[in-house]
Amino acid sequence: MSATSSTIVNLPDQRTATIPKKNYITAEHGLLSWVLTGDHKRIAMLYLISITFFFFIGGAFAGLIRLELLTPQPDLVASDTYNKLFSMHGIVMVFLFLVPSVPATLGNFLIPIMIGAKDLAFPKINLLSWYLYLVGGVLTLGALVMGGVDTGWTFTTPLSTHYLNTHVITAGLAIFVAGFSSIFTGLNFIVTIHRMRAPGMTWFRMPLFVWANYAASILMVLGTPVLAITLVLVVLERTIHIGVFDPQLGGDPLLFQHLFWFYSHPAVYIMILPGMGVMSEVISTFSRKRVFGYTAVAFSSVAIAVFGFFVWEHHMFIMGVSNYSALVFSLLTMLVAVPSAIKVFNWAFTLQKGSITFETPMLYAFAFIGLFTIGGLTGVFLASLGLDIHLTETYFIVAHFHYVMVGGMLMAFLGGVHFWWPKMTGRMYPESISKLSAIVSFIGFNLTFMPQFILGYLGMPRRYHAYPAEYQVLNVLSTAGATVLGVGFLMPLIYLAWSLKYGAIAGNNPWQATGLEWQIQSPPLTENFIETPIMDHEAYDYEWLAHKTEQEVTTVG
Amino acid sequence: MSSEYHDPANVNNPEHADHHIVQPGTYIAVYITLLVFTGITVGAAFIDLHILNPIIAVGIACFKAVIVMLFFMHVIYQSKLIKLTVSAGFFTFLILIAMTLTDYISRAWGRW
Amino acid sequence: MDNTIVATHDTHAEEHHHSLPQLRHHFETEEQQREAGTFGMWLFLLTEIMFFGGLFFAYLLYRNWYNPAFVAASNQLSIPMGTVNTAILITSGFFMALAVWAAEVRKQSLLVMFLILTTVFGCAFLGVKYFEYKEKWEKHHIPGASFDVSEFINPPVSAKTGKPIEEPLSPDMARKTQIFFVLYFAMTGMHALHMIIGIVLLFWLIARARKGDFSSGYVAPIENFGLYWHFVDIVWIFLFPLLYLINRHPGT
Repeated sequence: MSATSSTIVNLPDQRTATIPKKNYITAEHGLLSWVLTGDHKRIAMLYLISITFFFFIGGAFAGLIRLELLTPQPDLVASDTYNKLFSMHGIVMVFLFLVPSVPATLGNFLIPIMIGAKDLAFPKINLLSWYLYLVGGVLTLGALVMGGVDTGWTFTTPLSTHYLNTHVITAGLAIFVAGFSSIFTGLNFIVTIHRMRAPGMTWFRMPLFVWANYAASILMVLGTPVLAITLVLVVLERTIHIGVFDPQLGGDPLLFQHLFWFYSHPAVYIMILPGMGVMSEVISTFSRKRVFGYTAVAFSSVAIAVFGFFVWEHHMFIMGVSNYSALVFSLLTMLVAVPSAIKVFNWAFTLQKGSITFETPMLYAFAFIGLFTIGGLTGVFLASLGLDIHLTETYFIVAHFHYVMVGGMLMAFLGGVHFWWPKMTGRMYPESISKLSAIVSFIGFNLTFMPQFILGYLGMPRRYHAYPAEYQVLNVLSTAGATVLGVGFLMPLIYLAWSLKYGAIAGNNPWQATGLEWQIQSPPLTENFIETPIMDHEAYDYEWLAHKTEQEVTTVG
Repeated sequence: MSSEYHDPANVNNPEHADHHIVQPGTYIAVYITLLVFTGITVGAAFIDLHILNPIIAVGIACFKAVIVMLFFMHVIYQSKLIKLTVSAGFFTFLILIAMTLTDYISRAWGRW
Repeated sequence: MDNTIVATHDTHAEEHHHSLPQLRHHFETEEQQREAGTFGMWLFLLTEIMFFGGLFFAYLLYRNWYNPAFVAASNQLSIPMGTVNTAILITSGFFMALAVWAAEVRKQSLLVMFLILTTVFGCAFLGVKYFEYKEKWEKHHIPGASFDVSEFINPPVSAKTGKPIEEPLSPDMARKTQIFFVLYFAMTGMHALHMIIGIVLLFWLIARARKGDFSSGYVAPIENFGLYWHFVDIVWIFLFPLLYLINRHPGT
């Protein structure tokens, strides 16, 4: 296959090409060599398998929720069951899929390679973090099997501490443990990025993916422990009634809200920032241009991380917090739109006059830009105090955060997986069917969640399994969309698995991309680099790449 | 930040500081200071200073914590990176306190 | 492979000694490994700051809301025990600092001795804490069903002055003393848990130190454990005045 004008894909001659005999997959054999590995790439693959598993569990809950909402009557499941469905959907998706998705898989795999290191700074802690994730996952499944949780993923007190008889403690412990997994991942990334960079790899030569993960790691390290102590207090409140959140004993339930959202709002940025990092890589590669305003994009990641700590009270505007304080938080929340907009505008300027090609990761990137912009702008609506009172706790909120989390983060994750699939496995995914699946997901997504904006604006509250008949048309549209979306997510699972054996051999650099990870063999060696690389050019320097390719042709050929 | 040449230990880097061995004499001085200030903080609690009581108590605790960090934990001899890291931790803690207090203080002016 | 990505650096910095057996393959120098370890430990301590941070904020809030209850409940704690315990913990930290020094100057017997002293004083702290908890148990000051507020509503009368030793609280406010004791047990309990984890690690470090693991210039575990141990000290340095010394000048 040769490169044509409409594609940049440059694969080696398939008749002679082989996967390198020596690589991280073939370095050792047997199950033990995987589950006891210290290699960041193998741990990334372990994470990829486990989060995919939990993604489809969470997705199954979503499917049941949409099926129940097909009709106005509560006919498919009882109200208790419905409460458990959306709670488990939230817990699994937030803590077991979205938070570890890009950092623990793509980040784990790529960050050391991108900065020219042999591994993360603490390989054993990296492995420990995967085991903690598993323990958290098993506990969540345990809570599920024993009968589930119906508090919602927010564990709102006093509902979670006094009124419910479900497995709050098990689920709380699960999140506590999974939280430490995320802390250790973040800690490892920060130390690695500070301490392990290759010679010449200055801060402003790092790929923006590394910057984005660095910013997310700061949030993981500083935010997650607050959630941990809050969950400990909830568990103590439930077991021995300590009264810290119990008004009858003098406690303040709003204190729980403050502490919970102090983590859980920054957690939103833990989820989205790494996705933004993926976008910078993909958009630059498929428009053959250096990311416009590199420094601004890099700093906007850090700015989002810092601002993220100043806005949590916007989740509590209707809960009886002080009006003056709400005013301050409303203003600060709107400020987050500034660095987010910096990113979107800079991506748009990167596209401008670029030679754009439309491979699958780029399709996901376009989906991301559009959907994230909608999700972000509706966030500004919700930040304004007056509108929030009308819209909060309705489907408008549901649609808003799904536009950011699914439309943004999940699209970025899938785009990233497709983009780096040749590097991770050495083989290409099938291009045309994956383009189809990207388009199917995009259509299905909008069909699912656009009606929910309207439903929410019309006043349909979230978390109910029955609704007035006049909302049915939009709900049917939404459920139909969810079916399409489900197909769009199942397709990659199938063809990516297929490509493991039958995909075209990718070669070192199928995309003609500039990152250090594309200059080594695919799949990489266990130690990544034969010799320590030296970074002598800026990130996204396509002239350097062209020059290098030219040299190789003259010296080799 | 623009150093081009190979620098595996970040020797020419603001993130780096040479390993410095603190001598026992310093530790003894710090130890005595800590004990003395423990005494002062107990003594100060028995004197009625109204609003100043908690301020002095927390002030002395902060002072003790700072000298433990600077000398026992060697922060004073560490790189700027470590100093920044430590400050970032306390800064985030202060955000948690200050931003939450904006709610509690203004929810019921004067009665808090 | 790639022509532009080759190592051209000379290894001038590595002349002065052979690398340690503990140098892991993905680090280029011991210095890099040591600094990565220290930095990682500090980041872990940041998470600890935020972990205790939630409790400290809860304390700040309820102390201001229920100040009289907090004063009365705080006065139930024993100042002599608290002060002695503070001194014991500072001493333990002091020996830990000396242990770090002993490891750095490669004096194995001194290192083992200082680590043992650190452990002994750490255990002494927990011992005193045990007696304090036991006293709370006997006075029914453990939050829960058997929590007893009568002492705060009708404080015992002092023999000397004939007046109650403590300002009597209204029944409503007296119930809030339970919040103080909840925070007292949560904060000191979380602190004690960190101490216990630290003491377990100390036993492991002592065993390794006796084998001579830290006598050849490889001191990272001792240094990083020292950071952890001093952090636990710092938490107590704040807990002591906040819990024991709220208002010790009665009648004002």
